[in-house]
Amino acid sequence: MTLWDVLVSPFLDYGFMRRALAGAWALAAGAAPLGVFLVLRRMSLMGDAMSHAILPGVAAGFLLAGLSLPAMMLGGVFTGLAVALLAGLVARLTPLREDASFAAFYLISLGLGVLLVSLRGSNVDLLHVLFGTVLGLNDDALLLVTASATVTLVALALVYRLLIAECLDPGFLRAAGGGGSLAHMGFLALVVLNLVAGFQVLGTLMVVGMMMLPAASARFWMASAAGQIALAVVIGAVASWVGLLLSYHLNVPASPAIILSAGAAYLVSVAVGPHGGLAHVLRRRRLPGARGW
Amino acid sequence: MEALTLPAQAASIELDDVTLAWRGRSAVRNVSGRFLPGCMTAIVGPNGAGKSTLIKGIMGVLHPSAGRVVVHGACTHELGWLPQAGELDRGFPITVLELVAMGAWRRNGAWRGLDDEELARAHEALAQVGMRATERRLVGTLSGGQLQRVLFARLLMQDARVLLLDEPFSAVDSHTTDELIQLLCDWHGQGRSVIAVLHDLEVVREYFPQTLLLSGEVVAWGDTDTVLTRENLKRARRLRDESPL
Repeated sequence: MTLWDVLVSPFLDYGFMRRALAGAWALAAGAAPLGVFLVLRRMSLMGDAMSHAILPGVAAGFLLAGLSLPAMMLGGVFTGLAVALLAGLVARLTPLREDASFAAFYLISLGLGVLLVSLRGSNVDLLHVLFGTVLGLNDDALLLVTASATVTLVALALVYRLLIAECLDPGFLRAAGGGGSLAHMGFLALVVLNLVAGFQVLGTLMVVGMMMLPAASARFWMASAAGQIALAVVIGAVASWVGLLLSYHLNVPASPAIILSAGAAYLVSVAVGPHGGLAHVLRRRRLPGARGW
Repeated sequence: MEALTLPAQAASIELDDVTLAWRGRSAVRNVSGRFLPGCMTAIVGPNGAGKSTLIKGIMGVLHPSAGRVVVHGACTHELGWLPQAGELDRGFPITVLELVAMGAWRRNGAWRGLDDEELARAHEALAQVGMRATERRLVGTLSGGQLQRVLFARLLMQDARVLLLDEPFSAVDSHTTDELIQLLCDWHGQGRSVIAVLHDLEVVREYFPQTLLLSGEVVAWGDTDTVLTRENLKRARRLRDESPL
């Protein structure tokens, strides 16, 4: 067996592998840049919370219309945005901070979602929603995830500077004319959109891995926000490719294989990344005179 | 390289019975008075006196729960603001030049990039604070004093008629403080209004002709030597101690 047979042939020989790769790459192109902003805004757990928040909406769509992509998507977007708004409202009106408020709402959502799926669906349906069907992507799912990536990239380009200013110095932005709250809400809407579009590919629980792991990895290699965004997309794309190959050759589930590949990229980045990686930090500590005053 | 321009018309700020709330309590009550065009005024008072809240109210970041703030000769977005250094996320991956370029936000908005003229302004502003050589460094690698210089450069980049500074010399060594004070005096000499929240009363007495002594309400406002009297300072502390938490 040649290297070509191992790395490329599965995608040339089988349409479902090509579709899976296209779906995962589109997901990486949209979700990974959002993950970079979540990391920069110290909201890394927000993606996880939102992935749980969309579950009851997806489940309600499933309950009403079966495995209908538009119904599940609409439901997911509705509950995701509702949780984002409610959590923000509680944080503003009460002493509870936004992270705790989000945690409370996503846990309620998770319970509600599992309950709804259990009312009519089987365990297989639940697994489908939770872990996706990347090897069985149909045209609708592929179109949805590529449209979502396109909308995300265009919208991010439009609000890029607003988001940067909002992350760096929100007070300055408010004084300079505002727009930060609008950018923040638009950003949360994009997060919800990508999680909903991605649940068909990787499942509601795994899709957040494609959002956060490439972003957290890129932070160890690139100094600038733009560099981190570009690298996060590349890491997400490579993890998709490697994960699908692992799934094909070792006969393991594709969705976790993709996320574990991204996880491996993260562990390597933590170990040897030049911007704060462990090897770099330890080497600096050993340098004579590095401690200074 | 084009020099930074002096605003043609000076602006003044009128406070009309302004009350401002911060985190659910009235931090500033019934403040009335006027910062005149070309003034150099210090805002002083004990901790919790509402100094930063008042600055945020003037900048339009906080809206008065009663009364009104009127800026004559400019709109609120044309005021230059130096927030406390702690309000900036220093871990954010942005270079010194990019941070200073934010000062052009009012002119460029969220979409337009820096043209040659604005780039020259940013370089000039960095040169004025002695930080031209650091323009490619990440903000997170700067010391407290260096960061404050860069924030002064961003303020300069805003090219505003009125400059509001919130504790501009906190966490800055005395040498840097002296240099930054000189910059403020230069800007005041160009006709700009300078309003600064300060703690060091010696600096206030030496460089600021007018002072607003605040302690939840106005204790005194006028010429510095008539405001910073032993009686007024004692009254400010007493008001702070008596104010509800």
